[in-house]
Amino acid sequence: MKKKALVVSAAGAVLALALSACGGGGTTTPAATEGGGSTSAPSAGAAGFNAGLENVTNPSDVKGGTLKMAVTEDWDSIDPGDTYYGMSWNLLRIYGRPLVTYNPAPGAKGRELVPDLAESLGQSSDDGKTWTYKLRAGVKFEDGTAITSKDVKYAVLRQLDKKTFVNGPTYFNDWLDLPKDFESVYTTPDVNTDSAIETPDDQTIVFHLNKPYSGFDNFAALPATVPVPQAKDTGIKYRDHVVASGPYMFETVEQGKQYVLVRNPNWDQATDPVRKALPDKYEISLGVEANDLDNRIIAGDLHIDIAGTGVQPAALGSIQTDPALRERADNPVSARTWYISILNDNPPLDNVECRKAVIYAADRVGLQNAYGGQLAGDIATSLLPSGIGGWKKLDLYPTASGDDAKAKEALTACGQPNGFETTMTFRSDRPKEVAAAESMQQALAKVGIKLTLKGFPTSEYFTAYAGKPEYTKANGIGLATNGWGADWNDGFGFLSQIVDSRTIREAGNYNLSVKSPEIDALVDKAFATADTAARDAVWGEIDQKVMEGAYVLPAVYAKGLLLRGKGVTNQFITGAFDMYDYLALGVQQ
Amino acid sequence: MVTYIIRRLIGALAMLFIVSAVTFSIFFVVPRLAGVTPDDIANRYVGRAATAETVTAVAEKLGLHDPVVVQYGRWVKGVFVGAEYDYGTGVEQCPAPCLGYSFVTKQPVWPDLVDRLPVTLSLAAGASVIWLVIGVSVGVLSALKRRSIFDRGAMIIALAGVSLPPFFTGLVALSLLSYGLGITAPGGAYTPLTENPGLWAYNLILPWLTLAFLNAAAYARLTRAGMLDTMGEDYIRTARAKGLKESKVIGKHGLRAALTPIVTIFGLDVGILVGGAILTENAFSLQGLGKYATTAIAANDLPKIMGFTMLAAFFIVVANLIVDLLYAVVDPRVRLS
Repeated sequence: MKKKALVVSAAGAVLALALSACGGGGTTTPAATEGGGSTSAPSAGAAGFNAGLENVTNPSDVKGGTLKMAVTEDWDSIDPGDTYYGMSWNLLRIYGRPLVTYNPAPGAKGRELVPDLAESLGQSSDDGKTWTYKLRAGVKFEDGTAITSKDVKYAVLRQLDKKTFVNGPTYFNDWLDLPKDFESVYTTPDVNTDSAIETPDDQTIVFHLNKPYSGFDNFAALPATVPVPQAKDTGIKYRDHVVASGPYMFETVEQGKQYVLVRNPNWDQATDPVRKALPDKYEISLGVEANDLDNRIIAGDLHIDIAGTGVQPAALGSIQTDPALRERADNPVSARTWYISILNDNPPLDNVECRKAVIYAADRVGLQNAYGGQLAGDIATSLLPSGIGGWKKLDLYPTASGDDAKAKEALTACGQPNGFETTMTFRSDRPKEVAAAESMQQALAKVGIKLTLKGFPTSEYFTAYAGKPEYTKANGIGLATNGWGADWNDGFGFLSQIVDSRTIREAGNYNLSVKSPEIDALVDKAFATADTAARDAVWGEIDQKVMEGAYVLPAVYAKGLLLRGKGVTNQFITGAFDMYDYLALGVQQ
Repeated sequence: MVTYIIRRLIGALAMLFIVSAVTFSIFFVVPRLAGVTPDDIANRYVGRAATAETVTAVAEKLGLHDPVVVQYGRWVKGVFVGAEYDYGTGVEQCPAPCLGYSFVTKQPVWPDLVDRLPVTLSLAAGASVIWLVIGVSVGVLSALKRRSIFDRGAMIIALAGVSLPPFFTGLVALSLLSYGLGITAPGGAYTPLTENPGLWAYNLILPWLTLAFLNAAAYARLTRAGMLDTMGEDYIRTARAKGLKESKVIGKHGLRAALTPIVTIFGLDVGILVGGAILTENAFSLQGLGKYATTAIAANDLPKIMGFTMLAAFFIVVANLIVDLLYAVVDPRVRLS
């Protein structure tokens, strides 16, 4: 999801100055103690650098106050059916309730799925093709209308209209068993869609898939399942007044400027074991200058940077030199990998040995430095980030400053003992990618691989160049900088869109390098594997196959340096989004 | 005079038409010449998992498949008679002057511009008064006290003002005065003038000073140079020989003659500023036209960029016209005909 765009602009620059002095360790996290009772059940009372990674900092159940959040740019939409930003998926849960959500708990526990609008996680039948959820009783919209399964069905169906809601993911489009004559709730409202979603009564909703998927609860956790009352739907303009089902509702909506949320009088704590709903009000400022945003958080004028991707270089310097600020910082690993695609359409990179030569020759430390140093990320050994189930540390290639001897062996094996020439693309408006491309050019030149570098603007990078097969084939593109963040933190959420060759289209591809029928078959196997551990193992196997085929050169598993707000309670990093969890926050009174 | 104004207004309209055509061409013709297809453009505005069919449908909905001339005609028609936009459950009317709908936020552009204009006007008005008063005063004094400590000090500060960009001075000022000493408002603070004039001024004083620091410096140098030239003229010597008071010699004969180039540049500067003080608004997170433009550019939101460009061009054209009219007031030798 588009943790991506913001990640790039913020985290990247940020950690360019990443200092060895601050790298690594130094946590003062005290031993965690178990908190009480609810699904969140966080450990409590930690403080210090990285304290928020595995613990709740400044725990409190005190209600009241205004939580002030800000972000450098507005995100795609506050309409749950039209958003693809990680921060948005995290935040929208304060005003919308999906069927299932992520446990508001620190670290890996935050990745656990818990029932939200539904009473329990989904019940599957028909070998994972049918999924049934029972809604909690007594849940209401902000206007006091009872929420029924039909509101959830309508919400899911409306966002299938990608001509209207262009931003959101297409999982439901791809997986629901929709009738052929159904186009959209707006253009074909009379078509019977029971083959895809049934609502036998007001509390029950049944999803029918066109193929088995054992991890459907991850779909049920998507913002698309946040109920929308059909009578209040205004298509793309619904973003002007989203009808709340969570504890907060919009008081002010000024796109690009600010959002203000106040308590929803029709939200009932008794129906919601997930949320604490501590602040009285949320003030969200949009379009705040990045350095000013950091300064305001440091000064206590703002509490949270919603983007959750890390501070700017100026603040990074302050954090490193000021012990008091350092105590307020967290440096989580994100479910994001920066990597270089090795395209195999043009010779000699259609030969796996030539692709391996590229990986052997690459200066992995140089790439880490290009991406910002140790605080910006750990050297990656595979595509799958380390925090995702199924990940295992692979040792197929060296991770130091290149192995020229092995690279030359591989070149000889692929019939190019003197090296070869190819072209590498990168996003020219991203300094980190420019540095990565230059690092590759220098490292590969040592073994005779001559790289011609071609930079393109981000806005057209995948749509017109590095993601367009017609262009890459015609222009002999061999390498392309790339990066990917998980839609949710499991193998499917991370890998499915970037290793399955059947998803490749005419343009706008994020993957043009991994094209293997064997991997495609493993993807199908993962879809159909019900047991989570077994499924994770399949994704791990896919990750290994990607590296064995030398389809990508992984650079770093991304990290961000985040700053906890002054006077903010219950602040911790959730493993679901690798940023602060926005459900549990409160304000010190 | 009236004929002159009418003639200039017609010229201004022609200029705006040319600006619109050129801007539209830059965004819609040049990419096509470079091989970018309508679907490539539409791809920027869809989710990352969009299918080819979706991309084509979105391109169709945005009208990108139509010939560029048709698209431009539709845009011009929207300006004069309005347009319609399908938002899913209905069709929204966008009354004239409709400058199009954002490809990203799906909002009509014109109301957004109108909404942002007061912020930019507030910024421009306060800052321009400050820099004009300070810049001209310092320039005159420097010229009269040439090579004095005041002159040298003022010119050094002026040089610093010209050299330091507002995104630097703004952030430093915020850091020191707002977050350090707490005596000025934090970034992003804005209260409409009609709501609370005192708070309006308090919130804007730092952006005003930051912007004024940049421009006052240039005006001080310009005024100083003009005054030095003028005060050496024969008619100044004559005025003094006739026994006129020095204040009258400076004010009526010296400064007035030196003002012509200052009026010119002031008019243009204000026109450009009203079109968006991009750096200052971004540094102070002010939601004005400049901030709107940078957001639109970052998102490649062509209708927004187009709308902003037209509004900025309008202000510059109007400022030019006002400057020309003011020439006649400042310099009695100028006749408008």
